Amino acid sequence: MIKKTRKHPAGINVDRRTFLKGAALGLAGIALPPAGADAGLLDDFFQKHFREMNDEEVRKVIDRLEKEYSKKYSKDIKVKATKPMENVMFGYGLDIGRCIGCRRCVYACVEENNQSRDPQIHWISVLKMKKGSNLVDLNNSDKYYQPDQVPEPGYFYLPVQCQQCEDPPCVKVCPTKATWKDKDGIVVIDYNWCIGCRYCMAACPYGARRFNWGQPNIPADQINPNTHYLGNRPRPKGSVEKCTFCIQRTREGRYTACVEACPVGARKFGNLLDPNSEIRKAMEHFRVFRLKEDLNTRPQFFYFFGVKSNRPGGGK
Amino acid sequence: MKKMKAVFFTMLAVAALSVFLIQSGVSAQQPADQAKKQQQPKQAAAKPLVQAPDTVTPAPKMAFFPCSQCHAAMPANKTERALAFHTEIALKHMPAGWCFNCHDEKNRDKLKLANGDLIDYNDSAKLCGQCHGATLKEWQDGVHGKRTGMWNGKKVYENCLTCHDQHQPAFKAIKPLPAPEKPEKIIYKNKK
Repeated sequence: MIKKTRKHPAGINVDRRTFLKGAALGLAGIALPPAGADAGLLDDFFQKHFREMNDEEVRKVIDRLEKEYSKKYSKDIKVKATKPMENVMFGYGLDIGRCIGCRRCVYACVEENNQSRDPQIHWISVLKMKKGSNLVDLNNSDKYYQPDQVPEPGYFYLPVQCQQCEDPPCVKVCPTKATWKDKDGIVVIDYNWCIGCRYCMAACPYGARRFNWGQPNIPADQINPNTHYLGNRPRPKGSVEKCTFCIQRTREGRYTACVEACPVGARKFGNLLDPNSEIRKAMEHFRVFRLKEDLNTRPQFFYFFGVKSNRPGGGK
Repeated sequence: MKKMKAVFFTMLAVAALSVFLIQSGVSAQQPADQAKKQQQPKQAAAKPLVQAPDTVTPAPKMAFFPCSQCHAAMPANKTERALAFHTEIALKHMPAGWCFNCHDEKNRDKLKLANGDLIDYNDSAKLCGQCHGATLKEWQDGVHGKRTGMWNGKKVYENCLTCHDQHQPAFKAIKPLPAPEKPEKIIYKNKK
């Protein structure tokens, strides 16, 4: 049989089979990561959804991430995947009668949770509001106040962070199910699964979610090496992040960083199912409200104020 | 009918008598009750402020402790006056009151409760709680004041004096940390 080969003007004679073979090999070569690239790149690409992985698979992912982060920050960085505790439902209380708007919580949160310093990301926004007839007037609040001293007379302060809603709108809209509400009440994000569409940011009525528009920048000497996969591990560019009730601390029984930083003790944290916890005591004896209650998101973040009921003039 | 009336009156008389007897009995018991109540504060003072394993932070360090190193040789001067030595102390706490409401005039290294008990400076919460009882209860419940440590375990309670100056207890204004950058000022330099 005579091989049918087209005459090439330059004299290169390639038959059909050889061409296809070459093309296939070439395409395969393009699809493979370039030489010297991280071996984790493929693993990263084929990583499963966090909730579909078994413990062994989670451990592998964590090993990979620990190696990656430790190399990047030249420091031993631990990533945990601590599971929710049994019979625990976290709740947060904030005494707006005591908050003085000093922003100690904001910066304690930045340090604890490895938020990007430049471009700047803050998970907590402290809103300054005028005391008056309209109790919580979010539209006329000021986030950028900078007086010499706080508190300023005639104003009160309302720190806002993720409200860990019982019915979170951000979870409903996520097209990839990269964010969900865990058993202990914390709304978590899998940064590896997030595609950065920012639907959740549009859905959140509290403006609690932040987007990594640029590569997050954390100085190696300031990074907190005690991290959680769903919490404060270094985030990739293009992912959404928010307050996780310091998941890396609270799932081990510790208080959140903001509770420990508050100089006036306005922040209370604990287990809503434990009748002796301070959050329950606060809710039973003070006047309590939640932000934007009309939206029926049912936050697990409670604001309280006023006198306790066992004091003269107090009462329900 | 007359019989019925007589019975009714005797019943009334018996009832009145029994009420009187019970009351006199109560009044006879009262002194004993009062004595018990007077003993209770001492028991309360012996009771720990917080349940173990929780702890309270110590009182802030005083510059010249122990106080007795100077005061042991000094007679107690109870008159209200401008202090010659402790000039940093400006008493803005109560409408009336002076050093020996809280300090013991004989043992200066101790504080004195209203019932005469001497307590350590680190146990000052007991002293504060004599007047601010509701606040002390709130502090023990964790609603007032600050706690650090574990939400489900060992807690460290901040001492009253961590936040309040004992002589001027009103919380002082502080400088706020810098405001967040406005979105238009944040530049995304790194295009990695």
